Amino acid sequence: METLLQADHVSYSYHNLSGETPALSDITFSVKKGEFLSLVGPSGCGKSTLLSLLATLLKPESGTVTIQGRIGYMLQKDHLFEWRTIWKNVTLGLEIQKRMTQENLARAQQMMKDYGLWEFRDARPSELSGGMRQRAALIRTLVPDPDLLLLDEPFSALDYQTRLHVCDDVCRIIKKEGKTAILVTHDLSEAISVSDRVLILSHRPASVRRELPLSFTDSRLTPMARRQTREFQDYFNIIWKELNADESEI
Amino acid sequence: MKARSEKLTLQEAYVQSHHRHHRLVGLCRFLCFFTFLSAWELCADLDIINSFIFSSPSRIAYTIFLMWQDGSLFLHTGVTLLEILISFVLVAIVSLGTATLLWCSRTLSEILEPWLVILNSLPKSALAPLLIVWLGSGMRTIIIAGMSVALFGSVISVCTAFRESAPEKIRLIYTLGGNQAQVLYCVIFPESLPAIISILKVNIGLCLVGVIIGEFLSARQGLGYLIIYASQVFKLNYLIAALIILCVIAFGLYQIIARLEHRVRKSRQAQP
Repeated sequence: METLLQADHVSYSYHNLSGETPALSDITFSVKKGEFLSLVGPSGCGKSTLLSLLATLLKPESGTVTIQGRIGYMLQKDHLFEWRTIWKNVTLGLEIQKRMTQENLARAQQMMKDYGLWEFRDARPSELSGGMRQRAALIRTLVPDPDLLLLDEPFSALDYQTRLHVCDDVCRIIKKEGKTAILVTHDLSEAISVSDRVLILSHRPASVRRELPLSFTDSRLTPMARRQTREFQDYFNIIWKELNADESEI
Repeated sequence: MKARSEKLTLQEAYVQSHHRHHRLVGLCRFLCFFTFLSAWELCADLDIINSFIFSSPSRIAYTIFLMWQDGSLFLHTGVTLLEILISFVLVAIVSLGTATLLWCSRTLSEILEPWLVILNSLPKSALAPLLIVWLGSGMRTIIIAGMSVALFGSVISVCTAFRESAPEKIRLIYTLGGNQAQVLYCVIFPESLPAIISILKVNIGLCLVGVIIGEFLSARQGLGYLIIYASQVFKLNYLIAALIILCVIAFGLYQIIARLEHRVRKSRQAQP
């Protein structure tokens, strides 16, 4: 299958007057079209930095990142603008990229209808529930038709119950739209329930500790259903041990 | 009728008590005003206070009537109002423009920071005599005097408001492929609009102060001129009349901006 993203020996450090803080060291991985990859690691290990590099918001200090196609980035919070209606929020990307064509607007409209937000097109963000807001944020990311989605802990701002629902929701949408995605999370069960492959990162400066392909007997399970399976438990234990081994090495 | 009033819901009771409260405040405000005016008038008529120095409401009303008749009321008020509005609009434009530049370039803002701080803390009334020597007496000088009082503080405040925008929202625009101009247009301006309106509210008062200082020093028209002229020839009826007109202007301008603020806040709020 076609490789969408290739990261080669990527390193990055933050600089300030009191010194240098290495954040990433020699990270190499690739993502194929249609794949769902999760990055897990201890908090503060540089996961978000890695995502910023992939999104070309930062430039790697050494190494290269090659991406085929457009990128869509979903942040931790929805950051819907209160001074815009939901419709105006969802079409923000098209407006910025000056791609407000009939065809693109029609797609945005169709997505809002498909995912139950069309009745709220003229509402303000504050009138929506947390889950609906996150869905609106996802549609905002999807409307410019990106080839690769970068999800930066997109559920961490939600309460646990909403989180499970929204996670199911978002995964269904991503699968249905046939997108490739990279999810950054510190929630192991979330990573296992949604992805095809998990990349375990080490402590700061982060490097790839282990790559773990996931396979479930029934490949069409929803994230919620995956949580009930035996494989889920096993994968959880493997990743948990890996992370703790990293902890004890320090 | 009685049966109905017994069925008063809690909501209706709340609305009634709310209105009652507002009526009470309104009535007390009017009574204060009325008592003050009557006491003043009475004291002046009974020679408890010297009416030549303290004037009286009836004399002031008569003075304003005379000024209305000979047209000087509109001339002085109009000139002052025009100067205030021009300097207010110019301050708004210049400070928004400058703050945008300073936001765009961190280096420029660091270079200019000491200048802004010094110019802002300088008592601007001290600048007015210099402005007259440089620019001559006339409306231009007065407008610049009006601007000088509000401008520097306004630039600093607007710039601070711009900087307070959430970095994550700015990041969002960049992740959608936007540039700095789009960050300004899509995030910074709309997000700091409420702060900008509060700054405008302060500015209008400061412009009023600056314009009156300017008129004190160099003017042939305007309320500031009228105040200085009246004090020099001891026409205190005119002086106090001018002060009262100034109060009305200040109140009116403040109300206009307060309305604007209310409207912006309402349009931002979710419709129930």
